[in-house]
Amino acid sequence: MSVIVTSVIIVGAIGIMAAIVLYVVSTKFHVDENPAIEAIESLLPGANCGGCGCNGCHDFAVKCATASSLDGLNCPGAGEEAMRQIASITGLDAGDSTQCVAVVKCNGSCDIRKTNAQYDGEQSCAIKASLGAAGDACPFGCLGCGDCVSSCKWGALSMNPVTGLPEVDNVRCTGCGACVKACPRHLIELRPKGPRGMRVWVACSNKDRGAEARKECPVACIGCGKCSRICPHGAISVEHNLAYIDPASCRLCLKCVDSCPTSAIHSVNFPIKKKTDE
Amino acid sequence: MERPLIISAPPHIHTQRTVRSCMWHVVAALMPALLCALFYFGIGAAVVIVTSIIGCVITEYLITRFMSGHPTTIANGSAVLTGLLLAFNLPSNLPVWIILIGSVVAIGIGKMAFGGLGCNIFNPALVGRVFLLLSFPAQMTTWPLPSVNRWMYPDAATGATPLGLLKQGIMTFDDINLTDCLLGAIGGSLGEVSAIALLLGGIYLLATRIISWHIPVSILATVALLSVCIGVNPWVELLSGGMLLGAIFMATDYVTSPMCHRGMIVYGIMIGVITIIIRQWGAYPEGMSFAILLMNGCTPLINRYIKPRKFGERRAKR
Amino acid sequence: MNKPRTFSTGGIHLDENKLSGLQLVTFVDLPREVTMLMNQHAGNPARPVVEKGDHVKRGDVIANADGLVSAYIHSPISGEVTSVGMVKDAYGKPCEGITIKSDPIDYNIDIEEVHEREAVRTNDDIASLTPDEIVSIVKEAGIVGLGGATFPTHVKLSPPPGFKPEILIINGAECEPYLTNDHALMLAHPDEIIEGTRLLRRATHVPRAVIAIESNKPDAIRLLWGKTAGLDDITVMPLKTKYPQGCEKQLIEAVTGRQVPSGSLPVATGAIVQNVATAYAVHRAVRYDEPLMKRIITVTGDSVRFPGNYHCSIGRSLRSIIEQAGGLPDDTAKVILGGPMMGRTVENLDAPSTKGVSCILILDDKQARRREAEPCIRCGACVNACPMGLEPFLISTLARKGRMEDAAHEKIMNCIECGSCNYACPAARPLLDYIRLGKIGIKAVSKDKKKKLIKWKGH
Repeated sequence: MSVIVTSVIIVGAIGIMAAIVLYVVSTKFHVDENPAIEAIESLLPGANCGGCGCNGCHDFAVKCATASSLDGLNCPGAGEEAMRQIASITGLDAGDSTQCVAVVKCNGSCDIRKTNAQYDGEQSCAIKASLGAAGDACPFGCLGCGDCVSSCKWGALSMNPVTGLPEVDNVRCTGCGACVKACPRHLIELRPKGPRGMRVWVACSNKDRGAEARKECPVACIGCGKCSRICPHGAISVEHNLAYIDPASCRLCLKCVDSCPTSAIHSVNFPIKKKTDE
Repeated sequence: MERPLIISAPPHIHTQRTVRSCMWHVVAALMPALLCALFYFGIGAAVVIVTSIIGCVITEYLITRFMSGHPTTIANGSAVLTGLLLAFNLPSNLPVWIILIGSVVAIGIGKMAFGGLGCNIFNPALVGRVFLLLSFPAQMTTWPLPSVNRWMYPDAATGATPLGLLKQGIMTFDDINLTDCLLGAIGGSLGEVSAIALLLGGIYLLATRIISWHIPVSILATVALLSVCIGVNPWVELLSGGMLLGAIFMATDYVTSPMCHRGMIVYGIMIGVITIIIRQWGAYPEGMSFAILLMNGCTPLINRYIKPRKFGERRAKR
Repeated sequence: MNKPRTFSTGGIHLDENKLSGLQLVTFVDLPREVTMLMNQHAGNPARPVVEKGDHVKRGDVIANADGLVSAYIHSPISGEVTSVGMVKDAYGKPCEGITIKSDPIDYNIDIEEVHEREAVRTNDDIASLTPDEIVSIVKEAGIVGLGGATFPTHVKLSPPPGFKPEILIINGAECEPYLTNDHALMLAHPDEIIEGTRLLRRATHVPRAVIAIESNKPDAIRLLWGKTAGLDDITVMPLKTKYPQGCEKQLIEAVTGRQVPSGSLPVATGAIVQNVATAYAVHRAVRYDEPLMKRIITVTGDSVRFPGNYHCSIGRSLRSIIEQAGGLPDDTAKVILGGPMMGRTVENLDAPSTKGVSCILILDDKQARRREAEPCIRCGACVNACPMGLEPFLISTLARKGRMEDAAHEKIMNCIECGSCNYACPAARPLLDYIRLGKIGIKAVSKDKKKKLIKWKGH
């Protein structure tokens, strides 16, 4: 009996002592944090994707709480609604933000792309890119190892096993830009999501001359300039044998999509019938 | 049209050595000791060795097949090696069921629980051995006498090891016959008795560059030096018990020993020190397995703090 | 001879496989067509100064050096410029190039000139050259480091202020397996190499030059030993046969005993390293006023019919060079420019050779495939092999997991990418792949927001 009593007393005493020490330490070293930071952080996704340009979500919350204006501070992951709430917490106006999504500027799926050599080694785009063209005839195209997929914290990218190209999930993509940095070929661009997700872009990055590009990939942009001539809004420019559609001027008329001789211009989320084509 | 060329990152040539060849080289190096074990302990040794190897291989197969989902790794010989080393650390009259428990613990807890080959912190064979030593102390410390009743299993005539006798004060250092220690005509676990056979294996491993000299030499040198300091016969300490088996085959296990030479020397010295402390002042007559396991646990720490000397990081002599 | 010297940390012993070791240099006729790439040296690509339709003579400058670290490019044949524009290099990457088709009349004159060019400077002329004059001749001749790094030689000869070179090391180590081009050159032109060495020594104001040769080439050591016997400024030093003996930092340590401090230029140790082939090119440039237009290329491989050392014009297509050695073998699976340890794989055999191509190595299917990687067994083979004293298993894992700061802390940037760790790993892990990845990542971070676009004209 006495053994039990003694052990209870000893353990209890140790517990009380530890509690006192913990209490003293926690009060002595207590740091008062701006409650706004915690409130803002609870609105953020907590993925630490770095899309806002800060080192993680906490850093972003601190910046929002201490900033004098929210301009340039935008969490692409949280979305506009959350940014409005952050604005109301801080009592500032919400910064201007356009919802962007990633688009892949390569179109050369496995069945049509031409290859010169066979790659043997680690499945990493960055390693492949360091070897030169890495086996593909087109030295600009997608390497297909999914560095972008593994960089995406939102699960918005996936490799399509049939085409061998990454695909972007419109709903999940927050436009954080991690994949843009991950792609060694710089194939991913952030473009405005567009009304109802409708957007048009040139799905090619080949800068070779037309004949060469055509030889390398049947769906390459050959820089013929047909699209830029047909575009009624002057949104398309051709530079280094590669067309580029400026999202700011594009009115989604889809004329270019039809005019492209190699089908290098892609459009998504348009109604099946070309109602917008007027 | 010629075939498409293969492209890959350099280097384009590769050493002939593989994980598998390393493992089988060590198994080959254990052959002299195995022959000695068969010579001294006869059928008992054969039973223990075969049981232990089969136990380890089957355990590994079952775990990779049904639990871990990794491709099976039996072919690389690491399970065979673990089984062999475990058997070498057991007395030759151990009942089969105890050996099987030992091999399941060695592979299951010592290796696969950590994630398989390369991930384990402790030497699997020693985990199995120490588990058995703590669970079945009586069976694990009754050694059959060498060269008696080779055709009997289990063996009735048992004795103690020279170190055990020393511990109990039955023998003094002068009573121990060093020639018997060298040849192996002493009591002990079946693989550790013959110093010459183990040394032969060690030379083979050094010659094939499977191991480097750093770990065995630093262990043996430390043990020799310390035993001289505390006034015991260094030859007895070096040649008896699991000293040589431990220093050459167990402590040099790739996975659980430090990576760089400087770390290896620290690791070896510490093993030597701990062994002598246990042998001299501990409850057990034999301290090698505990010393190696303790230092296995310290290996990540050694790897963290003892780095190879980096090129260009110091001012070189003229 | 003294005991062969070597570097102190790591290193591995490789099968030498010097198949073409006993072959002399075979002279290859001038090509009918060449393509000169503008980025065939380290630094800025050269700027073309000719246009389509221009007629050029052998040795004419066709592209100017662009900026300080760049080199001139000369036409190795006389003829008409047929195109100036983008071509694919051996790795399939687009690159600006100038294609020249030979002129039938000039072709014969060129051939004569290749075999016997008249010396334009006498011994007295050469003796009276000032160091600056030598450097400018080297610059005009478009000479770059011919060991493979292709760093413009004139830049290396004028070290940045504050460094005082004390010794010139001529690198004849040739530590990579299969390669024999430097060996063949040393046997064929010992006097010329010695003269080139002396010119380089004078250009860098150093009192003493050492020609360092690995001991697996005893005939070259003996030959050059004999030729330099009476000289007090040039000595021959045998080195132990150990990879990577010929890497600059290891070579400097072997010869001088000094280690290049991490993060600084090799010249901080007072040593300047030049390849033997560079020394030979300097001799040609100074005595014959001949720019760098040809070099010795080893064509080798187990199934190559005539492995050998071929003296051919720069700009010739790789395929035509391989044809000199009996053509591409049927079982070819991999073609490598450079040695098997550090060379890069080719995917476009129609690409032209460049100044930096020292070897075309052809591997068959069995040799070309990588072994499947197994889990690391923590054997430490990579740590013991690393000549830079790094822990490849660690930095490779850190880089793979994207922990770049930790990798930088473990001195990943010190890696010289020699491949020793990758070679030594019994589990065949792709250590170097990820280390290179980490290095690229860290470099990209340090360049920060400067967008790294594909090198392209106009960008």
